[in-house]
Amino acid sequence: MQRVVPEDLVALARGAAMLGTGGGGDPYIGRLLAEQAMRAHGPVEIVGLDEVPDDAVVLPVAMMGAPTVMVEKIPSTQQLTVAVQALSRYLGTTPTHVACMEAGGVNSTLPFVAAAELGLPLVDGDAMGRAFPELQMVLPTLNGVEATPMSIVDEKGNQGVLDTVDNRWAERLARSATIDMGCSAIISLYAMSGAMTRRSFVPGTLSLCIQIGRAIERARAEHQDPVRAAADRIGGRVLHTGKVVDVSRRTQTGFARGEASIDGVDADLGRRCVLRFQNEHLIAELDGVVGVTTPDLIMVLETDTGEPVTTEGLRYGHRVSVVVAPCDERWHTPAGIELVGPRYFGYDVDPVRYDRIPA
Amino acid sequence: MFIGIDVGGTNTDAVLMDGTTVLADVKASTSDDVTSGIVNALDGLKAKHPFDPAGVKGVMIGTTHFINALVEAKRLAPTAALRLALPATGSLPPMVGWPERLVGAMSGRSYLARGGHEFDGRHIAELDVGELRRHAADMAEHGVRTVAISSVFSPVNSEFELRAAEVLAEELGPDVAISLSHEVGRIGLLERENATIVNAALRELAAQIVDGLEASISGFGIDAPLYLSQNDGTLMGVDFARRYPVATFTSGPTNSMRGAAVLSGFDTCAVVDVGGTTTDVGVLTNGFPREATSDVAVAGVRINFRMPDVLSIGIGGGSLVRSGAGGVTVGPDSVGYRLTSLARVFGGDVLTATDVAVAGGLAEIGDPSLVADLDRASVREALDRIAADVADAVERMRTSTESLPIVAVGGGSILLPDELPGGLKVHRPERFAVANAIGAAIAQVGGEVDRVYAIEPGRRDAVVEEARQEAVDRAIAAGAHPDTTKIVDLDEVPIPYLPGNATRIRCKAVGDLRTEA
Repeated sequence: MQRVVPEDLVALARGAAMLGTGGGGDPYIGRLLAEQAMRAHGPVEIVGLDEVPDDAVVLPVAMMGAPTVMVEKIPSTQQLTVAVQALSRYLGTTPTHVACMEAGGVNSTLPFVAAAELGLPLVDGDAMGRAFPELQMVLPTLNGVEATPMSIVDEKGNQGVLDTVDNRWAERLARSATIDMGCSAIISLYAMSGAMTRRSFVPGTLSLCIQIGRAIERARAEHQDPVRAAADRIGGRVLHTGKVVDVSRRTQTGFARGEASIDGVDADLGRRCVLRFQNEHLIAELDGVVGVTTPDLIMVLETDTGEPVTTEGLRYGHRVSVVVAPCDERWHTPAGIELVGPRYFGYDVDPVRYDRIPA
Repeated sequence: MFIGIDVGGTNTDAVLMDGTTVLADVKASTSDDVTSGIVNALDGLKAKHPFDPAGVKGVMIGTTHFINALVEAKRLAPTAALRLALPATGSLPPMVGWPERLVGAMSGRSYLARGGHEFDGRHIAELDVGELRRHAADMAEHGVRTVAISSVFSPVNSEFELRAAEVLAEELGPDVAISLSHEVGRIGLLERENATIVNAALRELAAQIVDGLEASISGFGIDAPLYLSQNDGTLMGVDFARRYPVATFTSGPTNSMRGAAVLSGFDTCAVVDVGGTTTDVGVLTNGFPREATSDVAVAGVRINFRMPDVLSIGIGGGSLVRSGAGGVTVGPDSVGYRLTSLARVFGGDVLTATDVAVAGGLAEIGDPSLVADLDRASVREALDRIAADVADAVERMRTSTESLPIVAVGGGSILLPDELPGGLKVHRPERFAVANAIGAAIAQVGGEVDRVYAIEPGRRDAVVEEARQEAVDRAIAAGAHPDTTKIVDLDEVPIPYLPGNATRIRCKAVGDLRTEA
């Protein structure tokens, strides 16, 4: 068990931005909301998976919609609480724990709001170990856990509960409702017992986010290499260091697809890394050869500061490093690859792990 | 003829320009009241190069006055922030996360009211005029003299901000200044709102300063219009400056880089500014600095202005030079302003970068005989190290493989050879000490659009054209000459998870200042 205070949230948000692998939204707003909620209601306890009792009632909560909308139409803290309460009322249970769907981006900070307001502990872990764009893309899906019943609420007081035939339908119907709600909604879903949470979650990812953030800060303060420090912390490696020389983007079926080309500098001089992204970074190619693919993690950090860069923030001339790291092993099962492998996203390549090609 | 004036914290620099030719330049001390320093500078110009004040077509002033007032939390007016957004956004009210000292200095008050738009233009809630009147009454009761109004997605639709401004004006009277967020910033509610609140707090100071500037110019017999430099290196007229002082915040580094470029004759180049402790490298493309990608905080407040992208490395004229097992190192520590007492050439006992430059014959400063005993090979090694590090910084800032001319300015630029490793030729313009004032004098007029568009299939080109035209129209409305106005920046970013191919388009147009014949 660890007590998270507002001062920890800067590090947590920075680590979450890294595990967001380019997507998941800038966690800044989520951090501010979590700080507000903690100031009003006190710190939040995060508890390890092994401390969650078998019969615990775990309700994950998340934001659904466009992060770009969230920086304008900021969610209210009550919205998160209402989403959890709406689901527990429908289920007729009393939640004992709140949880995160993603370790990346805003959805790693927003659940702190619900935990603080409801006075519940937050599970130290998440359902992905990174960020993915669709709500069925979680490890609980692999274990047969149903996304619904799920609640969906907006800031105006509208609430809905969906009960769907499978998790992809949940994604589809919730997406439509989200758009009508102004493209930013709070959802609570994948209600699980403590036992199922232990089987289906990636352990320790919230405390890991804090450690990543701290490692980056410490390296900067000590004039060490923050990128290396971050990569070491998650057992990954620096694939490429260079300068963004081209970014192209287009929208297809609601998702921002694109490519970024990064020409190497220093030790990587003469090599080009091309990143293919779809909200998150999904493929990293080195000199035309597929080097690393989803579901392993592909992350872009500013070379000098170690600050994570989102796919929307990538710009010509940016000096960045590409860090790759292993995902949770369960994503590499056939069912995992079917759900989040390169072919699901429309890239006709086999998955390649982060350490397959030599540095 | 144009006159460019840079009012810094210490010096007021002025230049008299004919086109891009500098006829005269002068440095004067900045005065507390700003205006007498300007009058002194104008007198200095006239003494150096007699001119007829009636022949001056425009006076351009760059000033750090407003940003300094914010940083020092001085001379800020009692300010209210009104956000139109309920039932959304209430958890993070205006001024959340601000330093308490700053909120106190402007007696800041926050108000939330119903309103705001969705991304697609639907209303989050209708305006409640009664609610606005009640807020206005409370503002009046608490002596509020300036108000910032923000509304969710006002860059998409500004109707609520405009309507609320009418209601507040009816209640508070004409003496209360009102600043609207859609005119100040871009998408990103908190950052845009922050910039608007800061702007509101500076409105009274802006009125006083602009009055003072106008009086000093006309007192000198100059009848030409007065302009202030904006963040992006373009100009604003005085009426705009009274309403948007926040738009001057980052004009300093922008003017300096643009001035250096025009002195050198390049409009696409790397500007290397070597000071006492650091070297700052920026890149100009078509005369405008490349902008940094991240948000910036001023006085602890996050605002979403785009600042010039500058890379700083720890090498300057005062950098310490040491010999060790790994060879010679230069910096990052520096003797700073104590150079003239601690450096070897000035009789001190600290070996600095300036000392090795003198020993290597790059410059004559202080007493060269005091460094005549230095080991030749070590001097060479130190100078090579400096050249290599600066070349590396330039290399990292370069965005294309094409060779980039290097313009070196600043007191420490004597450290640089005439050619950097990699065959990069170093240009050293004269009068670089007044580059800021020159940058102000040559500034153009701009217009900008930053908005989310829903692009229907096949309509992309038409929508981009619409954005371009609007940017051009805005530039012309701001005073640009239509014949010279062109698009200098166009950025298209599709927004994920939004329906209808929602795309954020940012477009900037600039043109030469339109002057009366």
